[in-house]
Amino acid sequence: MSAINLDRRVVGEAASTHEATPKPATNYLNHETTIASWLLTLDHKRIGLLYLVGISLMFVLGGAFAGLIRLELMTPKGDLLTGDVYNKSFTAHGVVMIFLFLIPSIPAVLGNFLLPIMIGTKDVAFPRLNLLSFYVYAAGGVFLALALLLGGVDTGWTFYTPLSSTYANGNVMVAALGVFVIGFSSILTGLNFVVTIHRMRAPGMTWFRMPLFVWAMYATSLIQILGTPVVAITIALVGFERFLGVGIFDPRLGGDPILFQHLFWFYSHPAVYIMILPSLGVASELVSTFSRKGVFGYHIIACSSIAIAIFGFVVWAHHMFTSGLSQYAAMVFSVLTFSVAIPSGIKVFSWLATMYKGSVSLASPMIFFFGFIGLFTIGGMTGLFLSTLGTDIHLHDTYFVVAHFHYIMVGGAIMGFMGGIHYWWPKITGRMYNETLAKISAALIFVGFNFTFFPQFFLGYMGMPRRYHEYPEELQVLNVLSTVGASVLAIGYLTPGIYLPFSFFFGKKAPKNPWGATTLEWTECESPPSPHNFDHNPPVYDHVYDYSTLNKEAAVVSH
Amino acid sequence: MSAHNSANVEAHAGHPHHEPASLVVYFSTFSALMILTILTIWAGMQDFGALNTPIALGIASFKAVLVVLFFMHVLHSSTLTKLTIFASMYFLGILMVFTLADYLSRGWTGQ
Amino acid sequence: MSATNTKSDTAQSHDNHGHHPSLAHHFVSLEQQHEANILGMWMFLVTEVLFFGGLFTAYTVYRLKFNTMFQEASNQLDITLGCLNTVVLILSSLTMAMAVRSAQIGKTKQILNYLGATAILGLMFLGVKYFEWKHDFEIHLVPKANFCWDYAKERRKEADHHEKDKPFVSKLIGKFVGHHEEHAPPSAAEIAKDHKNPESQQARIFFVLYFAMTGIHALHMIIGFGLIAAVAYWASRGTYGPEYYTPVEVLGLYWHFVDIVWIFLFPLLYLLGAHLGAGH
Repeated sequence: MSAINLDRRVVGEAASTHEATPKPATNYLNHETTIASWLLTLDHKRIGLLYLVGISLMFVLGGAFAGLIRLELMTPKGDLLTGDVYNKSFTAHGVVMIFLFLIPSIPAVLGNFLLPIMIGTKDVAFPRLNLLSFYVYAAGGVFLALALLLGGVDTGWTFYTPLSSTYANGNVMVAALGVFVIGFSSILTGLNFVVTIHRMRAPGMTWFRMPLFVWAMYATSLIQILGTPVVAITIALVGFERFLGVGIFDPRLGGDPILFQHLFWFYSHPAVYIMILPSLGVASELVSTFSRKGVFGYHIIACSSIAIAIFGFVVWAHHMFTSGLSQYAAMVFSVLTFSVAIPSGIKVFSWLATMYKGSVSLASPMIFFFGFIGLFTIGGMTGLFLSTLGTDIHLHDTYFVVAHFHYIMVGGAIMGFMGGIHYWWPKITGRMYNETLAKISAALIFVGFNFTFFPQFFLGYMGMPRRYHEYPEELQVLNVLSTVGASVLAIGYLTPGIYLPFSFFFGKKAPKNPWGATTLEWTECESPPSPHNFDHNPPVYDHVYDYSTLNKEAAVVSH
Repeated sequence: MSAHNSANVEAHAGHPHHEPASLVVYFSTFSALMILTILTIWAGMQDFGALNTPIALGIASFKAVLVVLFFMHVLHSSTLTKLTIFASMYFLGILMVFTLADYLSRGWTGQ
Repeated sequence: MSATNTKSDTAQSHDNHGHHPSLAHHFVSLEQQHEANILGMWMFLVTEVLFFGGLFTAYTVYRLKFNTMFQEASNQLDITLGCLNTVVLILSSLTMAMAVRSAQIGKTKQILNYLGATAILGLMFLGVKYFEWKHDFEIHLVPKANFCWDYAKERRKEADHHEKDKPFVSKLIGKFVGHHEEHAPPSAAEIAKDHKNPESQQARIFFVLYFAMTGIHALHMIIGFGLIAAVAYWASRGTYGPEYYTPVEVLGLYWHFVDIVWIFLFPLLYLLGAHLGAGH
């Protein structure tokens, strides 16, 4: 280790170079084992794992509702579910998947685990708030579960007024309260990360030495801080309206329902970037490690994450093109929406350029990355169809939209999440999983996903509206194809649910740096990391993705 | 950006050294706020037509700036703090301006 | 890769500093802890700006739609009490700033005095608010509970006529102890009829926003009392001094922010219709 350090240009405080006597492998998983030590932990790594358990359960729950929806749509007639139950199913699917799974997925699990390590610190700035955010998340989940148990909500995850404020049943406020509460969890995570990145970086860790995952988390956190409070107050206003019958959004009483949509989408469009930006960050890490090459255009990828976060706030009304928005505003929002494609395109092309002449290995996380880049690109490109005003009139509220956002949020965000989980699993658990099964899972997810959602582009184009439980018979072929694909997709998602936990107990012990990566969690931390991450101040080199020394190291090892 | 890094470097230097502001600063800020309160009430009683609200908001913003700069010590705070405040105003501006871009142009038919 | 454990007893740099009792383990120094906490509070205030920002946006949209009625409705509010509260709250901001300063210069006893003054001024603010809301209720201005625009306008006209020649001080005292002349409350039919009137609907939206904004503002003050109590408890135990006063300053930032919100609420809610004059 010391020999390697001498080769590198150490910028920060030098690492402790004298060797200590070997000590028993104490790590964050085994240094305390009581249940209370997990439930009351202030360790960012353990909190990340608590979140992992939480979101995994929610993913299964949300997936079950997706299964119900797809089963109903096997046949043109509404024979499995009544219209009412169908409405409640897609609402539950949307609410659970978005608020309880996607938004906390990468930030709260991988972000919590990795961000402090990647910037070389012992913990996030506010460990207590971090734990609080988990319990606030859990409390929000309880409210949403309560809303389901009381009979469900049928407004869709968007809670549009006046449907939610005047017509829907009372459970809508229980669910909305859940969303309100979860919002605070999201704010706490974002606030914690922003302060951590600003104030806790190790000596020598300048902004442009941070891994791109950290940049993505920074951009994500900014959105959580800036957007979430607006949806909170919006929900509060719906609550006032609902309980007091005062008509803020009720046109019969002088109110304006479009105002709800403005306020709601001011958060909920950027929320899409809360879901996808972390995946873009994961992708940057994967492509570099498995191409054994520094990320092409590091600086511009870092800046494009921030750009996406900022652009994300000026495009929200593209969800409202057909709801009575002024023509002038529609044009402005349409043009601005196109602009989001620029930073996204920069990222995709930079990843491709990173692989070019790189030494690409096909380890399972990289297979997930390949799936991710393809699906994300299709999702992004079809977004341009929808931001075109004239085309959107035809495609709005059809399955084209459904396919589009699933390509981004499932194909992009969840693929990235799966890739990230597989990539960092050895670090998190200290165990290797079955590589073959992982590759099969990645392939199943990719194939199943495309069979599920690609037909939906055609369905939407042919005019099948979303949120209906019946459809004309001539659309059945494509719908059956979609349902079959969904079952393959389900198998693809369930497989890691078996081999990953299996590996946690029985897997081969993972070495410190199994992938030959360059970021601090691999080069300076054991697998799994010690309770305080580092036993010494981590050395920070002048470039984060510098493979030259690792290559030398590999050469030394092989001789 | 340099401000954050220097904070990290200073982090090793020791304990916080923040000079407390002088009493004169606090009391003049308070007096200015009182005078501006009287001014805004006087202005509110007058009818400047369309300018009523801009004047009221102008005075309120000035008062807010005084509180932020002197009571909240932002005058002597890091660039990052100033940037944070700017960002909150900027994104609030986006929310307001783009929402109003819709409402104020509802009548424009483009024909 | 040979050395798997490089832990050494002296490697952790903060060990060199000697621990301040208030320094958390994951920070290197008090300075870093201070900077992180202050930035954390500012980030929280950013969320607060956007939280209130949503309300202000709703206010702006309806204000533009119902300009005339918003001015009429605003004219129902009591400028004298609004102004009194503005003065009280700004004064409390001054005492809060002084509390922070006392901590910075190490005058521990003064911290408690100034925090106490701040809390008392804050309570005065809420007290005045209580009398305002009580009056609003009496003249049927509370949406859902009893809103009746016509009735409220009549009461206001009478009151203005009644008090025209009274001296300012007795007017002011009358706002708190004044007996309310009993009037027959509007019948259910009258209220139902009133609710169909677009003017009443628009004025009601003003009052919904008025109660939402001042209510959420008041809620922030109540939370502030809890924070003041916590900081005062620690201050009484001598936790704070020139080396470590971060919580006092964080509390100060919060309190000043609540003050700033009121600085905007006052002209937007109370002064909007002031130029229409009394008894309009």
